[in-house]
Amino acid sequence: MKKQLIPLGIFAILIAFLGIGLTLNPKDVPSPLIGKQAPTLELQQLKFNKSFNTHDLLGEPWVLNIWASWCTSCRQEHKLFNQLAKQYSVTLVGLNFKDQEDYAKQWLKELGNPYKLVLHDPEGKSGIDWGVYGVPETFVIDHLGVIRHKFTGPVTKELIETTLVPLLEQIKQEQNL
Amino acid sequence: MHATIKHFFVITYLLASFFLTLSHASIETYQFDNPQQEADYKELIFELRCLVCQNQNLADSNAGLAKDLREQVHKLLVEDKASKQDVIDYMVARYGEFVLYKPPVESHTLLLWAGPLLFLVIGLIALLRFINAQKNAPDEPLDPNLKN
Repeated sequence: MKKQLIPLGIFAILIAFLGIGLTLNPKDVPSPLIGKQAPTLELQQLKFNKSFNTHDLLGEPWVLNIWASWCTSCRQEHKLFNQLAKQYSVTLVGLNFKDQEDYAKQWLKELGNPYKLVLHDPEGKSGIDWGVYGVPETFVIDHLGVIRHKFTGPVTKELIETTLVPLLEQIKQEQNL
Repeated sequence: MHATIKHFFVITYLLASFFLTLSHASIETYQFDNPQQEADYKELIFELRCLVCQNQNLADSNAGLAKDLREQVHKLLVEDKASKQDVIDYMVARYGEFVLYKPPVESHTLLLWAGPLLFLVIGLIALLRFINAQKNAPDEPLDPNLKN
């Protein structure tokens, strides 16, 4: 009798493993950059015809959101960033990635601009240094210039409320110590 | 009627194979300083994973990211005179060990490396036990009532 239960047991273990596998997000690759100094970005700004170096942001936490006008899921999260910018004081930096300037400008005009500044990287050269492999991606950088978190894919209301804002609060506290 | 359908299929097939060859030809060609560099490049694009199409390596993939990374591998080897290991370190620093199809043997990857061997050993033990059980099984006499 017991012997007959062995295949059932093996089957149950297999199902358990497959079940765990299904709930994991394969796109959620841990970034080796977390806890490391953020690579410097020096790029042309989208609106003004001058470049900006992210080194100038040292001393305050900031959020880098990588987006493109051709990216549909960026559209969803953009509304959330608009709301966040209205309600919460944080330096949001947009990185317009592999995009055409006029499309990008049109996009911001249509959907609103939550960013303090928008950097323009038509070739996507900066992506490799940041380990970017898809758009959208969002990084949280603290006042010391260290990458603290990375969101792969669009951020959601829940992620902003449970992860992004608490982390920014934590960084602000560390800053005041 | 049948002939036209046949012709239609033949033409579709030819067109399809034509475009398939085109898409293969879109993989860029690079110049190298020496054969060693080229060999390193080829090995690297086979060993590095394309992160957007996770079951393909850089050599296989036509994704934008794969193209960028191939270009970067080439630049590192030719312009920056990087060694193969330098390129691997460069990619791991940015994309993590996940970018490697051949992860290093470390404590947290031990199960990955030893797993197949473990299953082989389990299988062998099971097989040996099964064979032994067969060997030692007593000869059971047939029903003496069986007669012609």
